[in-house]
Amino acid sequence: MAEKSPQELIQIDLDPPRRDWRNPSVDFESRRGTWSYPAAAKNIEYMGYANPREWSPTDDDWQLPDNWQQIIHEGFKERLAKYRSLRVFMDTCVRCGACADKCHFFIGSGDPKNMPVLRSELLRSIYRNDFTLAGKLLGGFAGGRKLTKEVLKEWFYYFFQCTECRRCSVYCPYGIDTADVTMMARELMMLVGLNINWICEPVANCQRTGNHLGIQPHTFKDNIEFLCEELEDSHGIKIEPVINKKGAEVLFIIPSADYFADPGTYTFVGYLMLFKQIGLDYTMSAYASEGGNFGLFTSHDTIKKLNYKIYHEAKRLGVKWILGGECGHMWRVMHQYMDTMNGPADFLEVPRSPLTGTVFENARATKMVHICEFTADLIRNKKIKLDKSRNDKYRVTFHDSCNPARALGLFEEPRYILKNVCNHFYEMPENTIREHTFCCAGGAGLGNDENMEMRLRGGLPRGNALKHVRDAHGVNLMSCICAIDRATLPPLAEYWSPGVEISGVHELVANALVMDGEPERTVNLRGEPLKEEKEGTTDV
Amino acid sequence: MATFAHGNISISVDEDGFMQEPEAWNEEVAAALATTEGVNDLTEDHWKVVNYLRDYYLQFGVAPMIRKLCKQTGFQLKEIYELFPSGPAKGACKVAGLPKPTGCV
Repeated sequence: MAEKSPQELIQIDLDPPRRDWRNPSVDFESRRGTWSYPAAAKNIEYMGYANPREWSPTDDDWQLPDNWQQIIHEGFKERLAKYRSLRVFMDTCVRCGACADKCHFFIGSGDPKNMPVLRSELLRSIYRNDFTLAGKLLGGFAGGRKLTKEVLKEWFYYFFQCTECRRCSVYCPYGIDTADVTMMARELMMLVGLNINWICEPVANCQRTGNHLGIQPHTFKDNIEFLCEELEDSHGIKIEPVINKKGAEVLFIIPSADYFADPGTYTFVGYLMLFKQIGLDYTMSAYASEGGNFGLFTSHDTIKKLNYKIYHEAKRLGVKWILGGECGHMWRVMHQYMDTMNGPADFLEVPRSPLTGTVFENARATKMVHICEFTADLIRNKKIKLDKSRNDKYRVTFHDSCNPARALGLFEEPRYILKNVCNHFYEMPENTIREHTFCCAGGAGLGNDENMEMRLRGGLPRGNALKHVRDAHGVNLMSCICAIDRATLPPLAEYWSPGVEISGVHELVANALVMDGEPERTVNLRGEPLKEEKEGTTDV
Repeated sequence: MATFAHGNISISVDEDGFMQEPEAWNEEVAAALATTEGVNDLTEDHWKVVNYLRDYYLQFGVAPMIRKLCKQTGFQLKEIYELFPSGPAKGACKVAGLPKPTGCV
């Protein structure tokens, strides 16, 4: 946890630095707490990326290849030719400033280079200098800037201070996808060996074992069986989890944190309780054991490579369609990249709920359905019985996770579910939810401890909105549909809005789910008594 | 990569002091690493946690779920925090020579 108190952290200096922004100098030593450790050589090597070495941003010499400027120039050129979007995003910004105050990192830090327009300008100025006629002729007068080591160091600082949440893009009149700009800047830095370990280690683990945590198949099975045993001990409900079953109807893909760390584990058990009750013919895969894809924070090649296992396993196991769990950025990959990168999945069928007969037309291309769509459809068709009162100790709000909200447009289904499984549901202010949602500030690989001050600064807008509903309505639980959220929101809430816990949606579904032949429920999935009011809650 | 030296022990560690070569772990290394966690004397209870973590790691290749650690050692989470003030992942796992979990955790 950061050493600064919320009262100290909120003293945000909005006076811009006097220094010319084009002539940067980042003092990494004095800014500890706001950057992430560089990728370890072993992970860079494992992935075959460039320039593996041990280094620190606080070093004067970052041990770049001698021709690093040329490498980046060539890489930039290649990407401008390959991705038309990049050229459009580089050319079209009119610096209107609509995005300037929309970034959680700018709001929480006051650092002008966290304004999305200026963060992008760090890259755009090099583009102008190297790739536009005006820039080539007029240099600085045309907004161009030479790529120096100091500029590159600044890229490392600010492009790993963007969570690719795309809130700023919602307000851009040209629709510039600033997350895409960050992704390209990160790709370029990768070419000379600049990445962070919180991204590269999960990527290397994912390549090796299929998931971020490096969980091998026997551990995968053991973890899941342990969680089921725990459920049997606490609730008398016996579940036999299904792994690598050939010929199952549905392949179920989950984020690995759900079968490793609390509170995601409660949601994981929630999924399995639902499947047992409805008799779903599903299987998990001990290889496609990760929904998340940190390739999204690395390079397009890595996205494709890590995503390949999803369709590969679906084919190997002979399923009809794919169901995906409560994972955030996974849905940007599945919805916007998977079909073109590793599809078409013409060996699968258009997803159809075996319980309700609903055909998920929206998933016609990818063949992959979000579990909130699936469960909302079950509820709407009255296929499950729910006892809302089992969640009465909770006064719940919903945090729209960035990617399911802004990449998938999943706004209504989680709310519909929550309102059907809880009696007390309250929305945070409207400019902080749905497509306007504020990031947890730990996404895109930034959810590590060494970056905690920046996470808490970026967490201020979400924390502030949460504190508002805590104080106004006694909210004591924030539900979300993302594993990064479930890991990063607990410290955020503890810091900005103490007394609010974090859960997944299907944890609350399973609490309310009335199962055939179940013993009387006395405790919730966390083993807490159902009836006791939580401390600090008040009626309004 | 930094080097951590304590008495006769010299091992390579990451920025947070986690061992980089888990195979170089032994009980003396554990005792040396414990001093970085403010634990100067490893009691029987400390060893119960450390040995469980170590055995689990050798069998499964990762750290155990915290709930499993509690259940198998019989300690409640707060008791583990009393033994290792930085907690099970950052404190106990470091002493047991396990790598730091990364990802959505």
